[in-house]
Amino acid sequence: MDGSLQDHGRRAAENAARTSYGRLLAYLARAWRDVDAAEDALAEAFAQALDIWPTKGVPANPDAWLMVTARNRLRDGARARKTREQTTSSLLVLAPTETEELPTIADKRLELMFVCGHPAIDAAARTPLMLQTVLGLTAERIASSFLVSPDTMGRRLSRAKARIKDTGIAFEVPGKGELGERMGDVLEAIYAAYGQGWDSTGSDDQTHKGLTEEAIWLARVLVELRPEDAEALGLLALMLFCESRSAARRVEGRYVPLAEHDTALWNLPMAREAEEKLRTAGGLKQPGRFQLEAAIQSVLVQSRLTGADLRLPTWTLHGLLAQKAPTIGNLVGLAAATAEVYGPETGLNELAQLPEAVTGDYQPFWALKAQLLQQLGADQQATATAFRRAIGLTEDGAVRAYLIGKSTQQTRACAQLGDSQIS
Amino acid sequence: MQYMMMFYENETEVAAQRDNVERAGPYWDAWNAYMGALYPTGIVLRGDALLPPSAATSVRLEGGNRLVQDGPVAVTKEQLAGYVVIEVPNLDAALSWAARCPAATYGAVEVRPVLDLSNQG
Repeated sequence: MDGSLQDHGRRAAENAARTSYGRLLAYLARAWRDVDAAEDALAEAFAQALDIWPTKGVPANPDAWLMVTARNRLRDGARARKTREQTTSSLLVLAPTETEELPTIADKRLELMFVCGHPAIDAAARTPLMLQTVLGLTAERIASSFLVSPDTMGRRLSRAKARIKDTGIAFEVPGKGELGERMGDVLEAIYAAYGQGWDSTGSDDQTHKGLTEEAIWLARVLVELRPEDAEALGLLALMLFCESRSAARRVEGRYVPLAEHDTALWNLPMAREAEEKLRTAGGLKQPGRFQLEAAIQSVLVQSRLTGADLRLPTWTLHGLLAQKAPTIGNLVGLAAATAEVYGPETGLNELAQLPEAVTGDYQPFWALKAQLLQQLGADQQATATAFRRAIGLTEDGAVRAYLIGKSTQQTRACAQLGDSQIS
Repeated sequence: MQYMMMFYENETEVAAQRDNVERAGPYWDAWNAYMGALYPTGIVLRGDALLPPSAATSVRLEGGNRLVQDGPVAVTKEQLAGYVVIEVPNLDAALSWAARCPAATYGAVEVRPVLDLSNQG
């Protein structure tokens, strides 16, 4: 009890810091058109606060204090550079004026998100950049989740920031014509953070823990800033649905497939929140990919909780999703839904249509193929091959152990079958 | 680019797996499956698995004298257990194969570019 209360307190403090950090950075970066310099100045302001606040007390408006301190730092830096280079720095012109009311720091995080997700930024840097600037995560923390070294991630982030400065990407919410597409990029970046985190769930190691919480936090910020966007709501709903099941995905370190989840371990209030978000999104009448994915999750939760047979609606939703976004993941998902309704053979036929160049090292394809072949029970050789491929391609030790167990079950069942035939 | 993936295993942990009737099967299954997924891609140039470090012998010459020792050069918790050289477009591709390796779960995989001698003149 105490632990969870403490945990809650810690998280609340973290979240508050995160909100402040993102707000302050967005404000400063927008005013100075320089993310890198704004980060440095803000870091110095936070360091100064740690120095001064414990002895002189926390100021009435901590955010404004941090902002002014960081801004002064930025001005000092610009002045120093100016005398050094003997050129007029455009930064001084862009600096906030004295007449500007300081205590109200306009929330420019949405503008910052659009900058991070800008098509001019290297796609591999968008998500990390968003995590760093909006939530204040370190490059080290982000690096492992994206399977790159901290050095590489640091360089990738620096390059992206230099690009923002050099290209003069506007810190603004795009106009109507562009908005849809640009919003799509922002949503993709957030979902990518969640995906990276989802894959590494089950690891207790804090440094390698996924970024699922951070991704949800980003989506919450986005929904707060653009409540009229149905896809943002859909994305938040989708991630909340997935997250609500996270405790059931592993029991004592062992992988548990969705169909065998102990629903008592599901976080139902979170699933209900997801349902609400999805319903609100539906009311906005702007259908989209993330809402479809969330709807699939919603049906899944319902069928598990009520025991109702909802395989057909699930299949329909998967079909719509695959039509809208024919990614390898969605097509394999559709094949799985097809197999549920029309049997393993039909599912396998669908899998066989997928191009081998894409499926070769796509683990879920082989996992599904192995499962369907095992259900069919006709071709032991092909089943074993598919299992081996699925086992060899997973990064997850728990999934690996689960699949090895499944594949040997088959061999044992075969051996038993052989015995009974002999006797 | 060519990268060598060096598989490091924790000898105590691995011995506990290999010498246990129930765990030995999954241990070898995981390795066979990994290699079974890796080799058909055609990216493997060469590779070997090694006998445990207890089978190693290290040689040094100190002041002209041969110094022969039982065991590996460095006695560390994690020891080289094998390697594979792969040809992939970039480090990211090499790292994603390294992450799939069973050794990454209970040991470590070191990924290092192979020196390209064709450019050395």
